Amino acid sequence: MWYLCVFYHRLLDYRRPEVESLAELFATEEINCETSSLVEWRLPEKHHIDSPFHFVSLPSQDIARKIANRSLLVKGIYELWGQGTDYEELEKAIKEYPEDRKLLYLTEDSTFKIVVDSFGKVISSEEQNERIQGLTYIPFKGRVNLKKPDHKFWLMETDDYGSNNGLPPVVQKTIFFGREVGAANRSLLPTYQLKSRKYLGPTAMDAEMAFLMANQGHAGPGKLVYDPFVGTGSILVAAAHFGAMTMGADIDIRVVRDGRGPNCNVWTNFEQYNLSEPVGLLRADNNLPPWRPGLKEMFDAIICDPPYGVRAGGRKSGGRKLLKGAVGPYTVPDTKREGHIPSTAPYSLAECVHDLLDLSAKMLVMGGRLVYFYPVSREDGVMNSVKYPEHPCFKLISSCEQILSSRYSRHLLTMVKVGVYTKEMEEVARERHRGFKENHAKWLEEGNLHSAVFESNEGSKLDRDSKPKYRGKYV
Amino acid sequence: MRLLTHNMLSCNIKGVTNGFPLKLEADKWVTKEVDLNADFLRGVFPKIEWSALVAAARVLGFAELPEQADASMLSSNDFLRRFHHALLELHVEEGALVCPETGRKFPINKGIPNMLLHEDEV
Repeated sequence: MWYLCVFYHRLLDYRRPEVESLAELFATEEINCETSSLVEWRLPEKHHIDSPFHFVSLPSQDIARKIANRSLLVKGIYELWGQGTDYEELEKAIKEYPEDRKLLYLTEDSTFKIVVDSFGKVISSEEQNERIQGLTYIPFKGRVNLKKPDHKFWLMETDDYGSNNGLPPVVQKTIFFGREVGAANRSLLPTYQLKSRKYLGPTAMDAEMAFLMANQGHAGPGKLVYDPFVGTGSILVAAAHFGAMTMGADIDIRVVRDGRGPNCNVWTNFEQYNLSEPVGLLRADNNLPPWRPGLKEMFDAIICDPPYGVRAGGRKSGGRKLLKGAVGPYTVPDTKREGHIPSTAPYSLAECVHDLLDLSAKMLVMGGRLVYFYPVSREDGVMNSVKYPEHPCFKLISSCEQILSSRYSRHLLTMVKVGVYTKEMEEVARERHRGFKENHAKWLEEGNLHSAVFESNEGSKLDRDSKPKYRGKYV
Repeated sequence: MRLLTHNMLSCNIKGVTNGFPLKLEADKWVTKEVDLNADFLRGVFPKIEWSALVAAARVLGFAELPEQADASMLSSNDFLRRFHHALLELHVEEGALVCPETGRKFPINKGIPNMLLHEDEV
């Protein structure tokens, strides 16, 4: 059935993939539900793709409600009773809508409420009242209840504004009227916002984004979610909120073990929200993971934000030996082994992503999801189409861009494991691993986004004036 | 560190071939209650090295796991409860994981095993 899906005007690229992801999650919970062509989209006539109004076809009303309730970017999903470019047209459309669909929700013993909403304009409360009074042609029989109505009806208006005010251009004024099937609960955002978090690091993941990542990763009860770059645990907190068990690793022992004391560390970040604490936290190197040979298909999702060297660079073990190259390997004297702090070497993005894909291919269950951020220098991204990392075990199902500066953006990639990790793949991975080690300097150079982001402006290919006025992805 | 983590880890020093299971040395451990999720336990059971779990649980004074286990036992609630307790509720705070081949000790402090290798072990 088709519904009207109204989004918040935020993170525009992330909106449809989130709904698709949740649709799949809830559809697979129900038996007899085809998962192919689960979700279909249409835009209202003459609306821009960045418009908050979309039509979506979903398998059932129940799934629609669940999606809306868990989503962060869906404001509401509505059964559309009518739409029009003016109020006469709307009235005609509503009158034409099948009686049996309407009367169900207009009965005497029910309570209701009508909400007037707008996008890109303000409607005063007098005007809102007028609009509601104008709906008398709908035979409402129930009583009004503003606090806890059984049924909520929405009248939503959007105007044909120009394209210069930062909003997506809508060519035609449209009015929608519909019954609310489900609405978002963004109240969890103030609870989880980073400024209330006890233990924070410089690259802690923003709460809203962390929830979006957890949704893309299908985090839920009975699932084990792993973050190999756990830091202060901000991504796992979101996964744990949805009931998943969590496990995390980091190469920096100060972050995972010590935090800022006994009352301010990764564990307390979970305690703070009454979430069950991670079932495992360890210090390990993603470049040389300590998993036992033969261990595979342990995790249902791997969700992470790899260090890409702009705000924080990656590190891996085996420092001095590699850096000095010609000098013989450093041997730790036997008397100093206890309590020795190993030096680490820089970890290039190319190698890091390669390791991440290989680890995920091995450690994810079939159908498990890998969700991670991949940085793109916008000079490349704008000029050429972006090339994402690939792996024979994985199918990329969505990529969502978030622009961070005029120089670079990050893309949230969601990949599903579709192929079994074979012996041959393991061999290829081992070869690549060796190659990375030998071409250490080269990979550091190629994976260095930092210089692209911070180099001086001269010679930049991006012409500031050539940018369009409307830049939706900055929202 | 839960025994689930212990069951997943091995010593990955270059050249080591028999780095599993790591011998558990525990100086301090606690029991932390975790909600039992039967679906998770059934899913994770085939991936667990049973004898390593039994041995590690013994170190922590929990001897209620059978020597051998197979999937048919998962229908017993009593078995699930014991499995759950051993796998997820015993938490080693201080101790070490010892490589069976080289004797290298990976310390566990404040519940976090430190699996990072020294420069000459990579």
